[in-house]
Amino acid sequence: MASQEILREEPSRGSFVNDPKVRSLFFQAVVVVLLVAGVWWIAQNVIANLTRLHIASGFGFLKGRAGFDISESAIAYSSDSTYGRAILVGFINTVIVAVVGIITATIIGFIVGIGRLSQNWLIRKICTVYVEVFRNIPPLLVIFFWYSGVLAVLPPPRDSINLPFGSFLNQRGFYFPSAVWGDGSWLIFVALLVGIAMAWFVARKAHQRQMATGQQFPVFWTSAALIVGLPLLAYALSGFPLSFDYPKQSTFNLTGGFQVSPEFLSLYLALSCYTAAFIAEIVRAGIRGVSKGQTEAAAALGLRSGSILRLVVVPQAMRIVIPPLTSQYLNLTKNSSLAIAIGYPDLTATAGTVLNQTGQAVEGVLIMMAVYLILSLVTSAVMNVVNARMALVER
Amino acid sequence: MKHIAIGILGAATLGVMASAASASTLDDVKAKGFIQCGVSTGLAGFSAPDDKGDWQGIDADFCRAVAAAVFGDGSKVKFTPLSAKERFTALQSGEIDILSRNTTWTINRDTALGLNFIGVTYYDGQGFMINAKKLPGVNSALQLSGAAVCVQSGTTTELNLADYFKSNKMEYNPVVFEKLDEVNAAYDAGRCDVYTTDQSGLYGIRLTLAAPADHVVLPEIISKEPLGPAVRQGDDQWYHIVKWTYFALLQAEELGITKANVEEMKASDNPEIKRVLGQEAETKIGTDLGVSNDWVVNIVKTVGNYGELFERNVGSGSPLKIARGINALWTKGGLQYAPPIR
Repeated sequence: MASQEILREEPSRGSFVNDPKVRSLFFQAVVVVLLVAGVWWIAQNVIANLTRLHIASGFGFLKGRAGFDISESAIAYSSDSTYGRAILVGFINTVIVAVVGIITATIIGFIVGIGRLSQNWLIRKICTVYVEVFRNIPPLLVIFFWYSGVLAVLPPPRDSINLPFGSFLNQRGFYFPSAVWGDGSWLIFVALLVGIAMAWFVARKAHQRQMATGQQFPVFWTSAALIVGLPLLAYALSGFPLSFDYPKQSTFNLTGGFQVSPEFLSLYLALSCYTAAFIAEIVRAGIRGVSKGQTEAAAALGLRSGSILRLVVVPQAMRIVIPPLTSQYLNLTKNSSLAIAIGYPDLTATAGTVLNQTGQAVEGVLIMMAVYLILSLVTSAVMNVVNARMALVER
Repeated sequence: MKHIAIGILGAATLGVMASAASASTLDDVKAKGFIQCGVSTGLAGFSAPDDKGDWQGIDADFCRAVAAAVFGDGSKVKFTPLSAKERFTALQSGEIDILSRNTTWTINRDTALGLNFIGVTYYDGQGFMINAKKLPGVNSALQLSGAAVCVQSGTTTELNLADYFKSNKMEYNPVVFEKLDEVNAAYDAGRCDVYTTDQSGLYGIRLTLAAPADHVVLPEIISKEPLGPAVRQGDDQWYHIVKWTYFALLQAEELGITKANVEEMKASDNPEIKRVLGQEAETKIGTDLGVSNDWVVNIVKTVGNYGELFERNVGSGSPLKIARGINALWTKGGLQYAPPIR
């Protein structure tokens, strides 16, 4: 009883001002009030100044007719569409280049990163040169290199370079035949889905069997046969419904088929090459971070070098690799805004045009910032999930 | 909360910039000792730096004329090269005092963008240019269906282009860049078949291409492009100074006052010339405007009259050799007309 009384009295001992809890709460409250007041003052200032300068404000302009065309769009868009849709087209273009860029950069990065640790002198040196070159050049220059140095010097459309399978390469981009799906082609997609599901099931069963009995099963070849074979079978059964639209020469350009613009190509290649150099270093650090004892122990068990890498080293290296990899993915996404220099209609370019046509700079910039922020937060969230699955499960 | 805060911070930058320009523009300009003039990033005949780095062209000279009216010295101008996309924000935020950058006067820009156009220094229209060597047989814009068209983003040109192809039921593939030199480079490299912008611009750009003789400007003019300088809304005094500088250039040409004869003209018996040149006794025309009474003398001494300015920069005295056409004075069948200075 006596000790409790002492405890209860303890906080009130000494001055109220000296209580660390009260002080901390007080300062936090002051910061919040200052922040809110600051934000309020800034917002009032902006609104007052826009009104004084007779500049329109608000987000109503998003519903207006855009009136300008966009060269590349994954969704239906014409000059009759709204400003909001124009920004959406730009956003989708940003996402497309970011996603394919991330995939390619990761593949190149892993190959180069592992290559830098190779026993082979030539491979090691080539990978080192790659990393040193691309890591030390600003991304904008890499983009210009691909755009002006590689793609712009290709021949004009009339003298296109013929590539296999009816595809063409010229200074207006890369053209290849596009698939035209006829009646009954839904069966092929169903077969593909069934194939993937069966392959997954086989892999699971094979894993369980190996765990139980130690016997291995050729999972890769079975899965490949299922995923490729079933759709092919469906294709034959439904009476070959697939035909191709080939690019053809017209007055000005090649028409028909599928066109990949030089703007997209150069941005995609530049971002992939540039970011891959950083990913390579991250991968190298990750592999180096796995202690040599692990490799030696695996070798002592009789595993071959490929299996050591795949089963022992890489899974442990991934725990070191993933967090910095997330930063590189975010960098790639944000660097895609450099597209404006070569005229790829990404978010910055289309929202910038909208901003200029409507004159609503504050709203335009706010939209751009909010979208990039959300995009980055989503990327981080996805990578955090991956990281959590890769993390060491402690018992 | 975090992203709202970041957003507000960006907005704040614009807000603070706007409030910095709240005092009278004339006082601001006088205090800093020069006029900040927004020009293009380089368009021959309108605003482009010469081999010494001095800005030349109608638009650049117009800013010199305003400086001459305000300071009596046409050299008190600093130029800010702006892309089409940057130009309005630069004027709205107070970064520049005059936007004199081959900009088309539209109702949207006059109202929603908070600008005031002061007049039309050059009546233009949008045209098309193609490489005739690579595209023999194309002699009309109506044959351009399927072409790749190079255009600068954020311009009325971009909008007219979309309207023109749509109304003629033609297809095209826009190749859009932010800066003029990027568009030029892409067109010259063959990235697109057609270059579209204001026709005067096409003549200027043609001179900068690798083989100017290969390129032809097609006859169609698809829009009205009245180009003129603009100022911010909400400062009538500054608006009047810039506007009447333009009228003074026209009036000087109408009265035959030139760079060479302006000093003699001061002694003229013609009451109108005396009044315009501020030689009338007890005149208050200049001081009422907020400048000195010999403002017109200063303007003409610096850049000449409108006709001289035109011929020197885009007309017979320039490599562009554009005819006066509808840009002639009203007395000669053109559209250039100034209200009386009295």
